[in-house]
Amino acid sequence: MIIEFGHFALILALLVAVAQMIVPAWGAHMRDERLMAFGAPAAVAQVALVLIAFLSLMYAYVTSDFSVANVAANSHSSKPLIYRISGVWGNHEGSMVLWVLILAIFGAAVALFGRNLPASLKANVLSVQSSIAVAFLLFILLTSNPFERLDPAPFDGRGLNPILQDPALAFHPPFLYMGYVGFSLAFSFAIAALIEGRTDAAWARWVRPWTLLAWMCLTIGIAMGSWWAYYELGWGGWWFWDPVENASFMPWLAGTALLHSALVMEKREALKVWTILLAILTFSLSLMGTFLVRSGVLSSVHAFAVDPERGVFVLAIMVLFTGGGLALFALRARDLAQGGVFSPISREGSLVLNNVLLTIACVTVLVGTLYPLALESLTGAKISVGAPYFNMTFVPLMIPLLLALPFGPLMAWKRADIAAALERLVAAGLLSIVVFVAAFAVTERGPWLAPFGFAIGVWVMAGALSETAFRIKLGSVPLNESVRRLTNLPRSAFGTMLAHFGVGLMVCGIVGTTGYKSEEILLMRPGETKEIAGYALTFRGAAPSKGPNYTETIGAFDVTRNGAPVTHLEPSKRLYDAPPQPTSEAGIYAAWTGDLYAVLGDQQPDGAFAVRFYFHPLVRCIWIGTLIMFLGGAISLSDRRLRVGAPRRAGRAPVAVPAE
Amino acid sequence: MTRKQRRGLVIGLGVGLLSVAAILMMFAFRQSVVFFHTPTDVAEHKIAPGMRFRLGGLVKAGSVVRGQGTKVQFSVTDTLQAVPVSYEGILPDLFREGQGVVTEGTLGPDGHFVADTVLAKHDETYMPPEVAKALQEKGVKLGEGATHPEAVTQ
Repeated sequence: MIIEFGHFALILALLVAVAQMIVPAWGAHMRDERLMAFGAPAAVAQVALVLIAFLSLMYAYVTSDFSVANVAANSHSSKPLIYRISGVWGNHEGSMVLWVLILAIFGAAVALFGRNLPASLKANVLSVQSSIAVAFLLFILLTSNPFERLDPAPFDGRGLNPILQDPALAFHPPFLYMGYVGFSLAFSFAIAALIEGRTDAAWARWVRPWTLLAWMCLTIGIAMGSWWAYYELGWGGWWFWDPVENASFMPWLAGTALLHSALVMEKREALKVWTILLAILTFSLSLMGTFLVRSGVLSSVHAFAVDPERGVFVLAIMVLFTGGGLALFALRARDLAQGGVFSPISREGSLVLNNVLLTIACVTVLVGTLYPLALESLTGAKISVGAPYFNMTFVPLMIPLLLALPFGPLMAWKRADIAAALERLVAAGLLSIVVFVAAFAVTERGPWLAPFGFAIGVWVMAGALSETAFRIKLGSVPLNESVRRLTNLPRSAFGTMLAHFGVGLMVCGIVGTTGYKSEEILLMRPGETKEIAGYALTFRGAAPSKGPNYTETIGAFDVTRNGAPVTHLEPSKRLYDAPPQPTSEAGIYAAWTGDLYAVLGDQQPDGAFAVRFYFHPLVRCIWIGTLIMFLGGAISLSDRRLRVGAPRRAGRAPVAVPAE
Repeated sequence: MTRKQRRGLVIGLGVGLLSVAAILMMFAFRQSVVFFHTPTDVAEHKIAPGMRFRLGGLVKAGSVVRGQGTKVQFSVTDTLQAVPVSYEGILPDLFREGQGVVTEGTLGPDGHFVADTVLAKHDETYMPPEVAKALQEKGVKLGEGATHPEAVTQ
């Protein structure tokens, strides 16, 4: 009964969304206040209905109602509660309901918090946002209905893929979708601005916090996926340039660019046309990511079960919104008033450089991801584009970006003095040179490029700190005066510093683990010892064990360093009951210098076990760095001036606002 | 600086960087693109020894032989032809006889494929699309939406 109720709620949500798509936009066109005001309650009703649908699906999962086809195909009564809940979005149909739920939540947020938005802008935004919801609700109801019943109901379900039964992965999709879908709001604002034919600083002021929120969620979502791949897949890799990883990375790159260009638009009313285009493209890339994952056109570890009908439907949605958005852009972009003038050496100029580099980097990833598809449809040849392509194209574009990064926040708006900025970065430059020399001296192996990589990472980190040090006049005024300035610093300035610092830390982690990873694959019998990266691992044998819904073989390893015991590692090989599938659980010891990583392989006929050891130097910096980026975003979001609904502070000259 | 000059500068910067990127991309494609072939392709096309490619198909039933250490030999088949493969390292969890697999490496002069990477996909009900497609093109019947390797009629 509850299932039918949920299904019905989803159909009602579609009807509400159709009304919300048409009425407010019509009202804005006719300048009818009452019709425009219809948008807000409709958006709230829509989110309530989708929430009912989502919760009733969750109810079916929690109570293991196997008369629902979706539950029977993806859940199992023996699964722990948390994975029965996360199972809701661990499959195609359920994850689409979550997708639409998040979409509706963002729409409702505009309705609820957007009281001080111009009525017509708000009406148009809600209409556009709702048109996306209409498309995806139709998609769910016509091609991927999660509420379909089975008759007769099976005795038990088929279970969730065991590698998905993991805490990090349970929350990876919700964050990822919040990121993807969050960019829909930037898209809706961009389309609304084009419909109205005007934008202003208030527009950017509105778009920026939502883009920032989406960007934060996408950042943490991608990081969670990477972290999960690192410890769960048993290869110790953290990024594979897999097409589906790229599908989430491209909106991230475009979103990062959008975040920075919206800044220029807000502060200086420049780059309007470009910012609007970027907002359309960012969401288009999110839609493309959805298409690539759902249609199964690409070979990937993440692919969902494939259904050509769905692929065509999502492709149609993507073409409609991207094509429609770009067509409207082509028609109306000329009407947007031009903004302030700036010299190439200025804050604006540095942000333009940031945008150009990020966009082109995004293009290289796009080409690498889609080239196999294009080639196959043109010539029939099947190819794969691997990591070497991305290392040769993406990485060289990131180097100038990272080198220029510390300059950005030190530049003044309109016209800046590059010599002065350089002066403030002397300490950061010296520090990175020291690190470069030290890295060369200390490491006797590894690629010769790695010390440069460390130097760049340190340059970015130290550059971020130097900027804050300059702003609080550290060293040039008494310390308590600096502390006072520090506490008075706008939160968004802290956010910028942290986010940039996080980037530098992540670069160091990437360079460390890529350049200096060590790996050993060998056969071991109980009692044997192997050394890797200064650690001695002694195999103590393997024993079977039983978990809630799996059986496993646990290998025991004693780890010592210079004779002193360090830890025990217990990698295991699991066989899940439903579906019967093996997985490897790595044994990981996190030291300050890096991760010791052990995987238990198959037992050989002669009784020895195949084992694999890795030492990943600094690998944790990658995720700590992304976490710091996330925190930076969060602190910036809590800034008064950005907080949604906060009144605009008037009467400040742009020059006196050196924030961000 | 006028608006026109500024725009020219930005466009120049963009076009310049884009062409650098395009050159890098072409260069990178030439070096890092790997083609996918089935065992029948290997038998028919006579792929040059030493060229790196991906060989995909099913692990032939009864062909897995473990050698010294972590060395292992098996055959990859598309049910029409089979290619012997040797690999040294730990096989993925989902590597099983009858399971869809993609291996990457080079073909030796003796027709033996030396793989340095073995990918078995992470879902037992999932077959790499290249493999499923190639098998279908070869007229192999696949059951249950071409996703379940055990449903392949051999």
